[in-house]
Order: sequence, then structure tokens, then C-alpha cells
Amino acid sequence: MSGPITALTMPKWGLVMSEGKIVSWKKRQGESFAAGEEILEIETTKITNVMEMPQAGHLRRILAAEGATLPVGALLAVIAPENASDTEIDAFVAGFAAPEAAAESASVAAPAPQMVEVGGRRLSYLELGEGEGTPLLFLHGFGADLNSWMFVQPALAVARRTIALDLPGHGGSAKELGKGDAAEMAEAALGALEALGVAHVHLAGHSLGGGVAAFLACRRPEKVKSLSLLASAGLGPEINAAFTEGFIRASRRREAQEALSLLVHDPALLSRRMVEDVLRYKRLDGVERALEQVAEAWFGGGRQRLDLRDEIAALNLPVQVIWGREDRIIPLAHAEALQGKLPVHILEGAGHLPHMERAEATAGLLEAFASV
Amino acid sequence: MQLSRDTLLKAYRQMSTIRHFEERVQEEFAKGGIPGFVHLYAGEEASAVGTCLHLSAEDHIASTHRGHGHSIAKGCDVERMMLEIFGKKEGLCAGKGGSMHIADLGQGMLGANGIVGGAPPLAVGAALAAKTLGNGSVAVAFTGDGGSSQGTTFEALNLAVVLQLPAIFIFENNEDGESTGWRYAVGSGDIAARVRGFGLPSVKIDGDDFFAVYEAAGEAVARARRGEGPSAIEVETVRFFGHHSGDPQRYRSREDVLKLREERDCIKKFRLRVTAAGLLERAELDAIDRENAALIERAVARARAAPPPEDAALLTDVYLAY
Amino acid sequence: MALKSIRQAINEALFQEMRRDPRVVVIGEDVAGGAATAGERDCAGGVFGTTKGLIAEFGEGRVIDTPITESAIMGAAAGAAVAGLRPVAELMFCDFLGVCFDQIFNQAAKFRYMFGGKAKTPLVIRTTIGAGRGSAAQHSQSLYHIFTSIPGLKCVVPSNAYDAKGLLISAIRDDDPVVFCEHKLMYDLQTEVPDEPYRIPFGEASVVREGDDVTIVALSRMVHYSLEAALALAREGIECEIIDPRTTSPLDEETILESLERTGRLLVVDEATPRCGLAVDIAALAADKAFAALKAPPKRVTAPFTPVPFAPSLEKLYIPSPERIAAAVREVVGYRR
Ligand SMILES: Cc1ncc(C[n+]2csc(CCOP(=O)(O)OP(=O)(O)O)c2C)c(N)n1
Repeated sequence: MSGPITALTMPKWGLVMSEGKIVSWKKRQGESFAAGEEILEIETTKITNVMEMPQAGHLRRILAAEGATLPVGALLAVIAPENASDTEIDAFVAGFAAPEAAAESASVAAPAPQMVEVGGRRLSYLELGEGEGTPLLFLHGFGADLNSWMFVQPALAVARRTIALDLPGHGGSAKELGKGDAAEMAEAALGALEALGVAHVHLAGHSLGGGVAAFLACRRPEKVKSLSLLASAGLGPEINAAFTEGFIRASRRREAQEALSLLVHDPALLSRRMVEDVLRYKRLDGVERALEQVAEAWFGGGRQRLDLRDEIAALNLPVQVIWGREDRIIPLAHAEALQGKLPVHILEGAGHLPHMERAEATAGLLEAFASV
Repeated sequence: MQLSRDTLLKAYRQMSTIRHFEERVQEEFAKGGIPGFVHLYAGEEASAVGTCLHLSAEDHIASTHRGHGHSIAKGCDVERMMLEIFGKKEGLCAGKGGSMHIADLGQGMLGANGIVGGAPPLAVGAALAAKTLGNGSVAVAFTGDGGSSQGTTFEALNLAVVLQLPAIFIFENNEDGESTGWRYAVGSGDIAARVRGFGLPSVKIDGDDFFAVYEAAGEAVARARRGEGPSAIEVETVRFFGHHSGDPQRYRSREDVLKLREERDCIKKFRLRVTAAGLLERAELDAIDRENAALIERAVARARAAPPPEDAALLTDVYLAY
Repeated sequence: MALKSIRQAINEALFQEMRRDPRVVVIGEDVAGGAATAGERDCAGGVFGTTKGLIAEFGEGRVIDTPITESAIMGAAAGAAVAGLRPVAELMFCDFLGVCFDQIFNQAAKFRYMFGGKAKTPLVIRTTIGAGRGSAAQHSQSLYHIFTSIPGLKCVVPSNAYDAKGLLISAIRDDDPVVFCEHKLMYDLQTEVPDEPYRIPFGEASVVREGDDVTIVALSRMVHYSLEAALALAREGIECEIIDPRTTSPLDEETILESLERTGRLLVVDEATPRCGLAVDIAALAADKAFAALKAPPKRVTAPFTPVPFAPSLEKLYIPSPERIAAAVREVVGYRR
């Protein structure tokens, strides 16, 4: 026998994941795989993700059937050299530490969002990690919330304090808005940083949150160490109004599903839970009005009002742009137009949500930027 | 009114049986083993007994959710009542009804009732049967102060008057309906007077006084038997326990609850009166109490040990084709 | 987000709606309690504690204790609704429907249609359902199918605290009469519930669990029993999809039919009696609109066609159990033509 027998277990992607569903195996029992190869599709509460193998190996035995929902830590398959005997594999499976223990550790209370009061407004945020590095602030997109960073925040939190903020009108933050424009949001974000004692920060913003991050960086560059813009607003006039309008109107699952499917490159990846989470937010009193205000302030008349292209190009700090090749909300052209001026990363197999559809790749790009 | 020694002994025995029964059910309920919830009648014994002493098995009564006392006074078997309350196969209703649905049609007991205001129309029906059959029997509806405001009660009162039926309506005003005071719920502030408006004789009497109940009920029953139509009696009484076993009773003051047994005990008052008047000896009353204690002890022991209904009983006693 | 019980969720919804709209009033027996007694006012707060605390904030004018007088409660609430209030009337146990049905189904339910569309009847009737407390034949029924069968009434049967709050707020803001059925054994069941008010639309089922082998449609407590069964079945390799319609009228047919297109197998679980109930209704829906997709006859697990028995052993048999549900699923999945 050459090499150890190892367990392939249900991964824990993000903080709140307690179980996952096996969507499909991309390798069959008995097949080998190379390092970085996709082996398995797992559906989480948000979205379906692929599991990539860190190193090459041999898929000796599959234990989790397609369609099965299993807790984090449950044994999915056995990786072992081809020459390991079936008896050895059997013994390994029989001796595998009971998933009860794993399930228990998975159910250890996930860190919960907290509240901070800024200028009389309650803002909700999730703080993770500590360390020497400059803190990182995540700003989500239109209609989303801090949970949209669930697949990348834990990775970034290994080396530094990270804060994912719910923008005004969003998530657990107060729903009452002034204009709901970039200035108001940036001020709220800045206020939150001050209240949390953060003097300098790396910014990562997605979509509308990218616009907020860019606005903040342009107005208060002395506070900002770097700026990562994911499928960001503020880089050109076009935006898919079918999404923003559909999203605001949606009150039922079907309507929400339709709007949300525009976000991802493959609508089959959207979990029912993600749709339900969006509906849960949208049902709250005051949300519809808040979204209408924000949409009017940012995308009134179906065009983006905020254009920071020139200001960003003139910024004296590191800026990178990350985009999904198949973005159907803000055109890829906005990113392409910046190529040559700024580092631009275009991710294959991603739509408007690179941080969810290609979480590992996105986390890598953010880490590279935040650790300089 | 002069009662025979036998009647007095019988009255005491029944009131004492009810009291022992209810005190024990309260204890057993707290221990566990009695399913659901029970509404206890302790404190109101004079009402059931003073009324039912005028009735025979041919007469009917319809009762309330607080029905143990009425059932005992109407002649239901105490052991089988206990079995029923414990949900056992040999219970009066085969374990299918429980405390709130004790019934024994052979004794003219049309059932305790889970629906407030359920009884008066049923008693009117029994009175209609009596009148139509001409058998000289009567029917009594027991209702609480709470139930006195139910629409079904008003309709039953009116119908009994319209049809001039041999019906007697006993309103046991024990002051509270669940947690609501009768002075709030009875708008006119006087149940007996309100009933009189329907066109039937209606009196208000002190329910702590067995003799007052006995006398008023006697007149009402006699009137009904003579074919002179329905009557009503408001019995002012109290319940010693909460609405149901386990009720924290925060609608009453603690002092009031403590005083009830001192000041409002119809059985104590009965004892004092009959012994003071030299009608009965204290020793013979004590002997009755001991017999009742033993009776209830047997009933509880038997009920606890008895088997539950067989599973097949789930599907019997209903016309059924599915 | 805070965990809240169904009791708390309902209480919170009432507080928030009464603050938001002065026309919302609560009326029923012992909704506060202690009226004209020597003890505490609000000692009951409803016999299940769902209306606790309201009277302290909103006063006797808006938290109205009544005599035991269901017909008048329901009728007065219906009359007040057409005359400008938005009453939330409490029917302590749904079994008491017997003494007030006319005011609900001949009056409140009919106004809008019978008056040529002119009337609005923003009335909510909150009531309790369910066996399992040894409360016997007159305090244990699940009568939502009766409400469901009446044109003009809407009927809500929530299975968790999140749904309870959102659906109750929707019910209070609805301009039609809505009957809201709370299971007596589920009041302490907790889920995450937002502090803010929110609405869940009627006629939108919730897919509680996804699976491709069989569609289970269940309501109220039966949702949880079905989940229990589904967990056991998953170990056998049978994946159940569980749909909780949440509102029986309007009924989300689409979600059920979509699921049936995928699974081809239907089990309806209902704590109510078998005739003319939701189980029959949904089985008929499948036969009518998903016939081609069906791989097995639709199956029902319901209470038997009897009143609710008192003895605990019988009552336990009466209520559909996870074991019975699992057995029925195996039967449906194992069906061969
Ligand atoms: C139609 C109906 N409404 C409400 C109830 C709930 N309930 C049971 S007993 C009771 C109070 C009854 O009060 P009262 O008639 O005074 O009788 P008491 O309990 O005081 O003996 C109530 C409200 C019921 N069982 N039936």
C-alpha cells in the first residue's frame, strides 16, 4: 500500500452551514483525480458549489448517494491508493469517527451579527477574525446582506479582523433611509468603522456595495488601504433594470426565483433556501420602500447615476476589479474597459456573484490584495 | 322544612362523597396519571345534592364541565367515575369521554359537557320527552354564572317557557367563569332577575345552605311535576379550587381563597346545623366520612391498576366505513 | 435573530399591528382576564397566553374581555369589521365553532359577495386546533377543513413561529375574514423570528424539505411528524419532499403540482378526520391536474373517522404518527401497477 487512506467529508462552507446535499458526483467510484479537479457538487443553504480536490488521488469508495442531505463532517467517500484492499477500506469506514461528533462541532453556535448605532441608525454587522493585518470591510450589493460574504469572509478572517456590514435598508440594519444614495451609505459605513475603532481598512465591495466602497475610497482615501471591486456599480451607466425591478416587485417564490436567477451563471445553482432568505428579507415592513428608494437613487431610469471611473483611476491606492464572465446584471464591458489601467480578474463560470459562484478563487484574490 | 333522618344522612353522605372525590382527584391529578384537565366541584356540593335528592333515575339532568358533583348526586357509580377520569376501559364511558364527558343514561345523567351552554337545550329536550310521554318526570339543567350568558341558555329558557316544559334551570353562581368575574360578565348584575324576564319563576338562594337549596329545588321540581312549567334557581356558591386543577388563580386574592374553606363550606355548615339541632350525631357523620374515604381509596387504587381500553375501541361506537 | 415560540410570535404580531393601526382590536373570552375579580387584571392573557400584556398597553377599549358568548363575539367582530374596525376575535377552541357558526359562515363570510362586492370584512378569527392533551371529544378537533370549504373565508394553519407571525400580520391587514388556526401543542415550538413586522402572502406553500421520491403535503403539527418520518426514510434511501401549504384557503396548488411532476407520488397527512377534508381535497387535486405524472395512487394518512377519544392510548392511536407516515410512504414508493 502506498499513501494513506483518507476520508472525504462534508465540508463546512461558511459559518452557518450545518449540512449539505450531494447534488452530483463528477467522478465515479474507482476514478482518479488530479489536484484542483472538481469532484463533487454540494448544495448548501445558499448556492450549489463544487468541491475541488487539493491534491491528486483515487476515489476508492463513494458512500454518499446523490440527493442525500448530510451533516457537516459526515463521511462522503474514501480516498485511498488503488492497491489498498477492500478489507482495509471496510475497516476504515467502520472505524470512521461518528459524524455525531462532527455534527456537534458544526452546531457550535456560529458567530452572530451584532448591532452598532451610527448617527441614530442601527447597523448590523458580522465581525470575524483578529490579527495583525489591517481590517477588511465587506460591502454587499443591492438587496443582499452580510451573509453574501459567507463563503469568503472566514478565509479572509484567518489573518485579520473582518467586518461584513449590512448597508442601510438592508439585512438586519434599520430600514429607514434618507436618499439611499452612495453618500448616505458611505457615511454609514464610515460611521460604523469609527464606532468599531477601525482607522484604516481594506475595502471589498460587491455591485452596489462596490459603488459604496469606491465612493468611500474616493472621498476618504487616507482611510483606505486597498479597494477590491466585485461586479461593481459606479463603473459605467448600464445595468439590467429587469433585475432591479423584478427584485423589488417579487413577493412570491416564483417571482423571486426568476429575478435571482439573473444573478448566477447557472440558475440551477440557486438553492430554494437562498430564494427563501431573500423573500424573508423582502417581506419585512419597510423593505420594499427602502429598495425603491435605493433603486431610484442608484439606478433611476434604468441607468446608473454614479460614475466614479475617472476618480478611481486617479486613486493613489491599490485597486482591483473582479468580474464574472457571465454577469447579466452589470456588463462585463465595464471591467474590460478598465483593463490596462487596473488589475482586472475575469472569472469563468461566474455570473454576477463571483464571491459565491467562485468563492475560493475570489477569496484568493482578496487575500492577495489584503495581505500587502 | 322538616327532612327525615334518612334524607339528612343521604344528603350528608352524598356531599361528603363528592368532597372526598374531588379532594382526592386534585391530589391524584398533581401526582400524574389523570389525563387532560379536571374541573373540580368542591365547595358547591349543596347545589347538586340539594337538587338531585328530589330526583329519581327517571328524571334527567344535564351538566357542565364541572360535572363530578352532579354525576355523584345523580347516582353515578363512583368507582366507575374514577375509572373514567383515569381513562380506563371499565370507566363509565369506556375511557372514551373522561372527566368532562361523564354520563350515565341509566341514571338519567345526560352528561357532563365540554361546551359552556351545552346543557340547557339538552335538558329542555329531556323535559319535552317527559311531557310528550307523560311520564311525570322532569329535567334539570345545571349551568354556571358564565354559562348563564350563553345564547344557547337564553334560547333554552325561552323555549321551555313557550312549551311550558317540566324543566328546572339551576345557575350555579360561583363568582368566576375561568378568570372573569360574574359581575363583569352578567350585565344586569343579577342572574335570577334576568332569567325572570323570560317568564318563569326564578329565585336566588344561598348555596352554602343545603336546606335553602333543597327547599327551592323541591318547589321547582314539584311545580314541574304538576305540569306548571319551568323554573330557575340561582345558587350563590363558591368553588374551592381553581377553574381547573393547576389553575394559578391569580384572578382571586390569596386571602379570599384561604377564607373560602373557613367561611363558605356548605358541608361544614350542614354539620353544624344538624348536630346543633340534635338531628344527627357527629360520630355518625364521621363514620360516613371514613366510609367515603375508604370508598375513594378503593376507587383510586382500582382506577390506577385498571387496564386502558383496548386499541380496537378506537373504532367502535361510531358508524364507520373507512 | 432571536428564537421565539409560536406563542411569542403571535403575541408580538398582535402588539405590532395594534401599535400600527388603532382600528385593530382584540376581543374574546379571558383575552385579558381578571375583569371584576379581586385578583390581577390580565392574569390570563388568553387561556394560552397569546394576548398577554396587550391590555396594559392598549387598554380595555381595545382588548375586550367578553362574557361566554361566542355567537355575539363572532357577530360583533364581523359587524365591527364592516363598520370600520379590524377585530381579531378569539374562539378559544375551534370546537366552539358549534355555538357561533352562523355569524362566521352566513354573515362574515358572505358579506363581500352577497353585497355585490361593496363590503370589506377585515376580521381575523384566531382559534386553536389539535388533539394530544387528553382534552377529549369537544376540545381536540382540527376543524380547518370546515372553514376551508366555505367561500368567503380564508384559512391559515401555520406550523412554526416564523410563519405564524408573518401570516397573522397578513391576516390582520387582509380585507377578508380570515380564520387563523393555532395548534395547542405547538405554542412553545421555537424558530428564528425577526423582530420587525413582516408579511407572508397567502396561497404560497413552504417547501419544508426537498426530495425526489415522494411529495408529502402536511399541515400544522403534521409537518413536524412528516419531517421525523422523512429523516427515518432518508436512511432507507427514500427522499421525501415536504410541502406545508400554510394556508388551506387559498391553497397553493402550483407548488404541490410542480412537486408531483417531479416525484409522481403523493401522500397527504392530516390530523383532521378523513371525509371531506384537506387530504381528500389535495388527493383530488392530484388526480385532476397531475394524473399523468402519478406513479402510484395518492395516499392519505389522517385521523380515523371518529371523535377524538379521551384515553391517552387511544388518543395516541388517533393522531397520525411518524411511524404511520413512514409506512404509508413506503407503500406509495413500493407501489407497482
Ligand atoms: C362554548 C364554550 N365556550 C368557552 C368554553 C371554555 N370554558 C370552559 S369552562 C368556562 C367557564 C365557565 O364558567 P361558568 O359557566 O361560570 O362555570 P364554572 O367554571 O365557574 O363552574 C369557559 C369559558 C367552553 N368550554 N365552551
